[in-house]
Amino acid sequence: GLQLKYAQERVAPLVSEMDENSSMADEVIKSLFELGLMGIEISTEYGGTGSSFFSSVLVIEELAKVDPSVAVLCDIQNTLINTLMSNLGTEEQKAKYLPRLATDMIGSFCLSEAGSGSDAFAMKTKAEKHKDYYIINGSKMWISSAEHAGVFLVLANADVSAGYRGITCFIVDRDTEGLEIGKKENKLGLRASSTCAVNFDNVKVHEKNILGKVGQGYKYAIGMLNGGRIGIAAQMLGLAQGCFDHAVPYTRQRMQFGKRIFDFQGLQHQIAYVATQLEAARLLTYNAARLKEAGRPFVKEACMSKYFAAEVATLTTSKCIEWMGGVGFTKDYPIEKYYRDCKIGTIYEGTSNIQLSTVAKLLDQEYNS
Amino acid sequence: MAARVLVGVKRVIDYAVKIRVKPDNTGVVTDGVKHSMNPFCEIAVEEAVRLKEKKLVKEVVAVSCGPQQVQETIRTALAMGADRGIHVEVSGKDYDSLGPLQVSKILAALAKKEEASLIILGKQAIDDDCNQTGQMTAALLDWPQGTFASEVAVEGDKLKVIREVDGGLETIKINLPAVVTADLRLNTPRYATLPNIMKAKKKKITNVKPGDLGVDLTSRLEVLRVDEPPQRQAGVKVETVEDLVGKLKEAGRI
Repeated sequence: GLQLKYAQERVAPLVSEMDENSSMADEVIKSLFELGLMGIEISTEYGGTGSSFFSSVLVIEELAKVDPSVAVLCDIQNTLINTLMSNLGTEEQKAKYLPRLATDMIGSFCLSEAGSGSDAFAMKTKAEKHKDYYIINGSKMWISSAEHAGVFLVLANADVSAGYRGITCFIVDRDTEGLEIGKKENKLGLRASSTCAVNFDNVKVHEKNILGKVGQGYKYAIGMLNGGRIGIAAQMLGLAQGCFDHAVPYTRQRMQFGKRIFDFQGLQHQIAYVATQLEAARLLTYNAARLKEAGRPFVKEACMSKYFAAEVATLTTSKCIEWMGGVGFTKDYPIEKYYRDCKIGTIYEGTSNIQLSTVAKLLDQEYNS
Repeated sequence: MAARVLVGVKRVIDYAVKIRVKPDNTGVVTDGVKHSMNPFCEIAVEEAVRLKEKKLVKEVVAVSCGPQQVQETIRTALAMGADRGIHVEVSGKDYDSLGPLQVSKILAALAKKEEASLIILGKQAIDDDCNQTGQMTAALLDWPQGTFASEVAVEGDKLKVIREVDGGLETIKINLPAVVTADLRLNTPRYATLPNIMKAKKKKITNVKPGDLGVDLTSRLEVLRVDEPPQRQAGVKVETVEDLVGKLKEAGRI
């Protein structure tokens, strides 16, 4: 409730401009930190908010109602970066990074490459061991928040002969020599969220900057993405709801043939159908979050929630444009942006097909006994 | 300086909600309607918290009168930085007829009980627009008042208050203890940060009954009827300036 007020008053006026310029306003980033929204689950001993995963989910949903790009910045920081650091960091690493991540530093997660998206383990970025340090060479692509990130969690293979069991997670500071942020992608949607290539040219990283254990990176990435997809589900949910909340009032005002277009049964049935899908997506998402927080198995439900919420976002935004007719099609109204923004939901942090394959695999196991 | 500040916070229908009159014309619809802290009360809380941050006061106590739901409003004040809350339990018919006279009696009693030396209130509530509670409270306590404050400064054991009045700005100096009511430009209230919202859950809210304070809640007012404002009538279009002047003369406007 209180977060929604901030989002409506401080973020909403900047949304259109940020989308147009493909750029996140500094003041939005600053205020996210100031309100404690970038360190939701970080313990108060490190300057974080000390709240729960469910709180993160709710915050992401509320932010997404106003701007899904702002929501994804908050989501990646909380569900990916902070989670990895808190769960795997040594005391020294945690003391160095968690306070910064909670108060003023954005983190980016570097997994994908031009040649490896869904097939993440086919990555080519290598980390060559020399005594007590590694030299990283390679190119990561589609890296969110790279424009502003102060630290990068980089997945690189430290032992190619071991295949994916060589993949290791490295903590690389932005100002490390050889790390270069490539060009920002010109995207269909989520434009205010910077998406860049990140190049590593003989980047020297000390072995004490390894997060967790050598060769365990693949496990950490998968594990963390399981929780991350609930965050994306929350983002898609908020996106769909925010779009819906703009469109329905319009249908109640717009008059044609002497009545509100809302009063036509055709519209009513469509609106009710979408509202039901939204509610289902919400319950899937909240249930997955609840299971995760309770320490229960949640991977299947997380995949279902992300897949479903992305589908619902696509349905909702598409319908909302139709309900608003001509004005829905113009940039003067916020609807078309939601429509553009939703598409990425079926693609990033595990494509919809990957989600479905994972659910199928888990179902197969369930019926094994 | 002032050790303890009492801040009154009122739970009102949210400013963005479209108000509807009940079909029986006895009042407005409040069931299921979004409520929040009165905007002027937010400004009052902000001012009190700033005084505490400047170490000019030691404790900020947020007070609200009403049923169980007002605890949310008190929590918001706590999340903004108030130290503890007092919930004065008023419900049912008593709550329906609760007005500035009763609230000011409650605040005066609490000020004495809590040994407060400063009371900050919003200048008025956006539901009844009474603009009376601050003034009545000061009168009951026989304290000076600085109403419609757009600036408050502590000068020794006095308060300098700049007031927004019809003619412009009036600067007055009043002795403490005093009552101040906040006007729009006094400050811009902060957003509660997520950590502060979490901390607020642990802050104490004590429950008090008006009877315990020796306050009689009987209202001297009876609301006879509530109606919506008349529908705005359609206007008339004219072709020329001469027509316009003619119509205005006809209507006796010029």
